[in-house]
Amino acid sequence: MRPMIALRGVTKRFGATVALDAVSLQVQPATTHVLLGSSGSGKSTVLRLILGLAAPDGGVVLVDDTPVDASTRDRLVARMGYVVQDGGLYPHLRASDNVALAAEAQAWPRARIAERVAALTELTGLDASMLRRYPRELSGGQRQRVGLMRALMLDPPILLLDEPLGALDPIVRAELQEHLGRLFADLGKTVVLVTHDVREAARLGHTITLLTAGRVVQHGTYADLAERPVSPFVTQFLTAQTLTAPSAPARG
Amino acid sequence: MTLRLALALGGLLASASGAGAAPDGVIRVGSKSFTESYILAEIAAQVIEQVGEARVERRVGLGGTGVTQRAIESGAIDLYPEYTGTLARVILKDPSLQTIEAIRARLAPRGLVVSGSLGFANTYALATRADLAERLGLRRISDLAAHRELRAAFSSGFLEREDGWPGLRAHYGLVLARADVMEHALTYRAVASGDVDLMDVFSTDGQLERLHLRLLEDDRGFFPDYSAVLLARRETTEHFPRTWARLRETLEGRLDGRRMAQLNAMADLDGKHVGEVAAAFLGGSSPSTAASSTGGPRAILGEIAALTRDHLLLVLISVGAAVALGIPMGIVAARFRRAGQLELSVIAMLQTVPALALLMFMIPLFGIGKGPALVALSLYALLPIARNTYAGLMAIDRTLLEIAWVLRLGELRRLLRIELPLSAITIMAGIKTAAVTTVGTATLAAFIGGGGYGTLIVRGLALDDTATILAGAAPAALMALAFHGLFELVDRVVIPRGLRG
Repeated sequence: MRPMIALRGVTKRFGATVALDAVSLQVQPATTHVLLGSSGSGKSTVLRLILGLAAPDGGVVLVDDTPVDASTRDRLVARMGYVVQDGGLYPHLRASDNVALAAEAQAWPRARIAERVAALTELTGLDASMLRRYPRELSGGQRQRVGLMRALMLDPPILLLDEPLGALDPIVRAELQEHLGRLFADLGKTVVLVTHDVREAARLGHTITLLTAGRVVQHGTYADLAERPVSPFVTQFLTAQTLTAPSAPARG
Repeated sequence: MTLRLALALGGLLASASGAGAAPDGVIRVGSKSFTESYILAEIAAQVIEQVGEARVERRVGLGGTGVTQRAIESGAIDLYPEYTGTLARVILKDPSLQTIEAIRARLAPRGLVVSGSLGFANTYALATRADLAERLGLRRISDLAAHRELRAAFSSGFLEREDGWPGLRAHYGLVLARADVMEHALTYRAVASGDVDLMDVFSTDGQLERLHLRLLEDDRGFFPDYSAVLLARRETTEHFPRTWARLRETLEGRLDGRRMAQLNAMADLDGKHVGEVAAAFLGGSSPSTAASSTGGPRAILGEIAALTRDHLLLVLISVGAAVALGIPMGIVAARFRRAGQLELSVIAMLQTVPALALLMFMIPLFGIGKGPALVALSLYALLPIARNTYAGLMAIDRTLLEIAWVLRLGELRRLLRIELPLSAITIMAGIKTAAVTTVGTATLAAFIGGGGYGTLIVRGLALDDTATILAGAAPAALMALAFHGLFELVDRVVIPRGLRG
């Protein structure tokens, strides 16, 4: 199958630091791909390159076979939703206004916006009375759901999530992980999710890329990494966080 | 409400820019900011009102010859009391002009008319405490040569003018321990208390006798003749011939030095208002005018109300203009870093110019009155607003701006919907600073005829009248407090609820 997103030999430097070193990877349509690694591994940089928020120093980033560059990034970003840790909500706007921003910019009629917000509220399982609140009046989990609603507002085929559950406590986190897994499968989105949490990677990722210090260590399913590690580092990284191997996600 | 405000603003701007227009049934009477000038201007104003040919607008207390000259040449004022020596030396820059006829001939091409002498000459003179003069044997200016230890305080005009201290010092070969600049009204107290030994005065000064000050004789004839005259625009005298004739008839040759000193003393020492003093000279009460400009304590309340409106408009318009200009400048600075730094540096430099000097710089560009005062005040209010807008925008979390791009909000929507609201607290703090400080700075507008509370402060300084100074200073302080309180309310409206702590 033709990959929805592909990196081919991508290198990115910040001054003297090499953030990504000849990284290649592919994400198939309607699957969830997890970028796994500890902080500083370069996984967030991959998302920024896909979004066009940064440009690679070498190699090429392809979205739907189109190279991401200054001339294409405005067009390509229209196909992406972006969620960051703790939601990245605008503190001066109510939850509903945060969600509606992208649709307002596209001059959607009010009724259509309201309809879509209602549908997303149901989809993400947010308590509808929370929509009137400002971000600081919401819990971490609620903020995250609102951030997800905002990214889904225009129904983009690609979702990019940067440590979306990083700021949540373990119970809320487990609950949301399960919810997200079902949601991604139902919606048929192509998802790239950045996390350092092995359990999350195992639950949500159809495929996983393990990164360290800007290099790819191993591609594969969780089972590949767990059972056929290419190096002792893979096993070390997986077992440092998990004692029991969770079951792999259902294929959407 | 909005309409009325708009009309008021329009009226103010019209009156600010209406200088130099054809006669419109109004004679604008000016004066400088010292007692005698106020009194002569008020006498002229009352005479004009009695004739009834024209209405009077008082633009008194202007901050010096530079201001009055510019004002009468541009038509911002039509008439004001002046002295022949000043006309010759400062305005015509030709000290050889001795007679009124010679001066008149030279001013005619400029469209200006000079009356005959009002009857007295008010020359510059040096004064010292009588007991000190006694002790040191000081009777003549040449006696000062033997007393280099003396300390002098001069008004700024005297300290700088060729016919003032620089010329006098050269003429007599004088050297003094100190010769500082000091506000004239304050110098009397400094001399009386012994902090200062010597000051410049006018020979018709009403306070000399009662403060036990002694004039030093100009034994080598340095000070030129300063006969008092009225200076008027020719078109005004031609348009209102009866008024001009009556002014000359009432004033020419009618005031000798002693009489003028008495009038000055009435205002300076007896605390009489200028309106009363003028009425006393004209013989009999002058009902309409006493109330309209400078009457008794009750009238001053009415005046404060009018000045409050003036002052408020000065502040609102100038801060409004500074907001309209400063926020876009802050945005530009945040968008284009290098040009922005340059822009902010230029505004910051403007801020280092003393407010009074900035006001004076406006005169050659915009004349006198509210217009130039508004321009200067706006420039002054610019820095806190532009700088805080810049700082607010620069402090926004970069991730939030990137998300705005991913959401494809577009430049304008991002600015209006995201960036400015997120910076609202910082921007409002800048506007608040600008408004509160402008209330204070606006009191200086009176020096160039801009009106407002400063009018009372300038007059109070000239008349050495603390009550009048306070009548201007206290409401200004209250207004600053009121603005501070008002902004607490405005903050609640402007700052998004999600950002308030």
